[in-house]
Amino acid sequence: MAQSARTDCPELPDFSLLKRLARDQLIYLLEQLPGKKDLFIEADLMSPLDRIANVSTLKQHEVDKLYKVEHKPVVSTSDQLCFLIRPRIQTVKWICDVANADKAVGRFRRYKIIFTPRKFYACEAVLEEQGIFGEVTTDEWSFSLLPLDDDVISMELPEFFRDNFLAGDQRWVRTAGSALHLLHSLYGPFSKLYGIGRCSKMAYESWREQVEEGEQTTRQAEIGKVFLIDRDVDFVTPLCSQVVYEGLVDDIFRIKCGCVEFGPDVTSSDKSLKVMLNSQDKVFSEIRNEHFSNVFGFLSQKARNLQGAYDKRRGMDIKQMKTFVSEELKGLKQEHRLLSMHIGASESIMKKKTKQDFQELLKTEHSLLEGFEIRESISFLEEHISRQVSMMESLRLLCLLSITENGLLPKDYRSLKAQYLQSYGADHLLTFSNLRQAGLLAEQPAGEALSAMESKVGKLVNDKAAGKLSDAFSSLGRKSNFRALSRKLNLVPKSDEEYDLRVPRDMAYIFSGAYVPLSCRLVEQVLERDGWSGMEEVTRLLNGHEFAVTGGSGAEARTQSDAQRIVLVMFLGGCTFSEISALRFLGREKGYKFIVVTTAITNSSRLIESLLGNQI
Amino acid sequence: MMKSKADEEDYWNSSKFKAFTFDDEDDEFSRLKESKRAVNSMRNLVEEDEGDDDEEEVEKVSWSGEPVGSISWSVSETAASNQKADREPAFPKVSTDSVTMSRSHSGYSLSSLFKGKTKAANFQSFSDSPSDSSLRLYAPELRKPKSEYKDYVSNWSPEETVQRMQQGKVVSLEKFRSLQDKLLLLDFAVRGHDGNVITAILIYLKRTLSKEVLFRELESRQTALRHLIHYLTETRDQRLLLELLRALGRMEDVALLQYKEHLSIADENKRRDFLKTCLNLPFSPEDSAHIQDHYTLLERQVIIETTDRHAERGGKVEVFQKFPRRASILNMPMITTLYYCCFYHYTEPEGTFSCPLNIRQTFKISEKQYFVTALAARAKLKAWSDVDALFTSRNWLGFTRKKSPLGFQRVVDILQKNSAPTEVLQNYVALVDDAELRISLAQKHKCHDIVINTYRDLKDRQQLLGYRVKVKRGSAEERKIDELLNNSQIRWKN
Repeated sequence: MAQSARTDCPELPDFSLLKRLARDQLIYLLEQLPGKKDLFIEADLMSPLDRIANVSTLKQHEVDKLYKVEHKPVVSTSDQLCFLIRPRIQTVKWICDVANADKAVGRFRRYKIIFTPRKFYACEAVLEEQGIFGEVTTDEWSFSLLPLDDDVISMELPEFFRDNFLAGDQRWVRTAGSALHLLHSLYGPFSKLYGIGRCSKMAYESWREQVEEGEQTTRQAEIGKVFLIDRDVDFVTPLCSQVVYEGLVDDIFRIKCGCVEFGPDVTSSDKSLKVMLNSQDKVFSEIRNEHFSNVFGFLSQKARNLQGAYDKRRGMDIKQMKTFVSEELKGLKQEHRLLSMHIGASESIMKKKTKQDFQELLKTEHSLLEGFEIRESISFLEEHISRQVSMMESLRLLCLLSITENGLLPKDYRSLKAQYLQSYGADHLLTFSNLRQAGLLAEQPAGEALSAMESKVGKLVNDKAAGKLSDAFSSLGRKSNFRALSRKLNLVPKSDEEYDLRVPRDMAYIFSGAYVPLSCRLVEQVLERDGWSGMEEVTRLLNGHEFAVTGGSGAEARTQSDAQRIVLVMFLGGCTFSEISALRFLGREKGYKFIVVTTAITNSSRLIESLLGNQI
Repeated sequence: MMKSKADEEDYWNSSKFKAFTFDDEDDEFSRLKESKRAVNSMRNLVEEDEGDDDEEEVEKVSWSGEPVGSISWSVSETAASNQKADREPAFPKVSTDSVTMSRSHSGYSLSSLFKGKTKAANFQSFSDSPSDSSLRLYAPELRKPKSEYKDYVSNWSPEETVQRMQQGKVVSLEKFRSLQDKLLLLDFAVRGHDGNVITAILIYLKRTLSKEVLFRELESRQTALRHLIHYLTETRDQRLLLELLRALGRMEDVALLQYKEHLSIADENKRRDFLKTCLNLPFSPEDSAHIQDHYTLLERQVIIETTDRHAERGGKVEVFQKFPRRASILNMPMITTLYYCCFYHYTEPEGTFSCPLNIRQTFKISEKQYFVTALAARAKLKAWSDVDALFTSRNWLGFTRKKSPLGFQRVVDILQKNSAPTEVLQNYVALVDDAELRISLAQKHKCHDIVINTYRDLKDRQQLLGYRVKVKRGSAEERKIDELLNNSQIRWKN
């Protein structure tokens, strides 16, 4: 792909250091509780922990048994219990219950809580309230950066999104700032920071404070530039169906912490297979960023090549055969295994997608992005709902419709909501309230509504009202202004031109040529202009909070030109694999190397699931 | 008066050390910070180690499925063995040897290796830790950090206090007693953007201010207000949260929050009764209607469920014998309930609660929605005559014709998904208006007659010739095509 790619892309820094730091710190903390102990691990910490340590590491530091935190009475017989948890009030309450239950039966144990990535005062207040403050020792394990791949680092904090963008709780801002600070002190100093969004700005300020508190580093910079972006600046991109391979695999099989579990339908055996998906997988690394329509062709070409390599055996003499077996066979076998796995996955994807009328779904999405045939899209959505096709897909389309249209007409809103509640349950009333609060769903105020004709043409946008916060009191949501942004930033290429997906010409290829992701377009534009100048209209439509500043004092002078082309893009609230693919493409085109740091990998399902209201 | 004053003093005495100090481990904490800094600064040292086994260990997790040594694997192992443990006596005997106080210096300990190296780097706090931690375990009260005392003496301003809290240092908030000071704390915390600190201040304010004053002050402080709401949600302090929302006049939020409680009521009768009380909550008129529907629906579901469970057990109703119910209908969405009733109670008179038409009327279900649901349910039962009847309408002359509120293309789709046979499908494929669409559907579902007749009507000889190859040799379809091709009456267009 992208033959035109520049060959002078700089090398990426080595992030395995982050894993070592995290592991060493954990070991240090475990040694703070000497002697045998049982370790209770919060469920969603297990996979991240698996990436940096394993059981023998823990055993070496006298961890006896491992348990998952399940909020049930413990069965451990150990005299020392160590809890490795996220700073969540309910988990701490459970630990208090455990300790108080022990007290009630006169049992003496030692307890230690390791909060990661940080502890919250509110959690300690629970310890105090429950009368076990001081009896439990607490520590912090500031493990907030997990490298998932050479160019992707995840903070593994999916709750960042809900906490920040739904509840308006800024508890993670400092964590984001600290993560940036760690990267700064290891790979900086940064010479330039850009960003957009309320949370980005706060994270930047927190970073700056921490830089001022700490000592100055005088290193050779490896990362020159940083771009921070809030997820709510661009909700459209994560709501679209993903069609590049890695994104599709995530949408369908759910990649968890860089690892995916392929079921029997993929492995064509009776067993499931858990595999890591990263650049170490030679087959995957070649197809991960490809539009799905190219993947089959690529895989079959690869299979033919492999066949050819195996066929070389014929007519070999003993000596040649020996060299073949010792030098090539292992690699071929490995490649064979990878190939058959990805072919299996592709087949399974095809089967699932044809079953659910994927073509029609994509057509509707593209109409919404273009602002064309909106009534038809609404009927499609209505039918989707009335046939109870998929609770999540229906919500996704509804949100996409709302954001691309700058809110729904009141009558559409009401009727779609009523139909939705009938099909999927009245308790989704709570979901609708959440979606509105987060700004994913909105009703156009009566006066501002577009006429049916106008919305059909999709041209007229009420720019006057842009930039105003809709209702700062009850909702964090902002006006989306998508249509105007799309025109200003040329996000939707003209549809009358043929788009050759094999030779992508811009980032729109990740959505079949229908849409350039807003988030990545902003990165592109700001890097090109070295700031926001000339984009005043765009930032106004995005509700402001943009910044472009130079890094620490004199950082610029020490930074080599190579580092200037290594750009760290930090997504606050999550980013999708499609966006990562788009940035990789942009990097190849413009000679940058992007490093994506995200609070978590997200996609449309995760985004919407985190806002469902009908869960206890 | 006297008494309360004494109380207050008592309070101050006792709270001297248990006061609002979030962290009595300042030294511990700063040591950790130092260690972090040290680890950071030792990048070069760490890099030298790159070649050793540990690095390998980390990467080994990658291929070959779930590695045996992985943590998720091990946890599931303990879970499995716990099931055995469950059966053992509730209070396992206390093992005698496990209270080993001495710190076992494992030769493998990575950080002890680390320590060796770091000592050279003039870094001492590591070496203090073993003695310190064992001391702490025995007598927590002995290690009250003396440095903390300074906090009570020294006079941190609200701003400095907030800054120290952001850095995770020990502070005491007890001395901020005037409202002005408290609000200064809050405002500085908000300015610092650290949600953790904002919440900490709020917890203190909640404890030391009356609700009325606190709520009043928060009204103009939206960021802080959101933090308090989130905190109360997380601690499940429903009562105070409702009071707060009421004080702010956010009545819809009050209603939603109370309505949400129904999710945690498992018993269907109690849940129904609870929903009934929700009818009086201050919802918007639109949402009120939804709540009313929710209540009415559950009320009916309870009745239907009781009757049907009984009927199913009785074994006399054929449909329950042939198609046993897979789940209870309780708490299912309305459309699912309608489907269920179309499935099991289709022919019931309109007076019953489970009659589909009755449900349609009660919940004002649109014609299209009713149609789609009934169609799917009857098709599932392969009740093709019912399916047929759904479309039949008589015009005023008494002629019957097939009408559908849904495109026939969709109808075909629904029928096909419910595995309707070709004979049934073709009746509806034939009703698709658009010739091109009709042909493609007919081809897809192998309705040869329709394809052939359509080509005949279009007088498209070429297409017909082409289609001849696709049907089975010697079949009735092939003969029909041949007859048509040989028919000299037809004026082919090509």
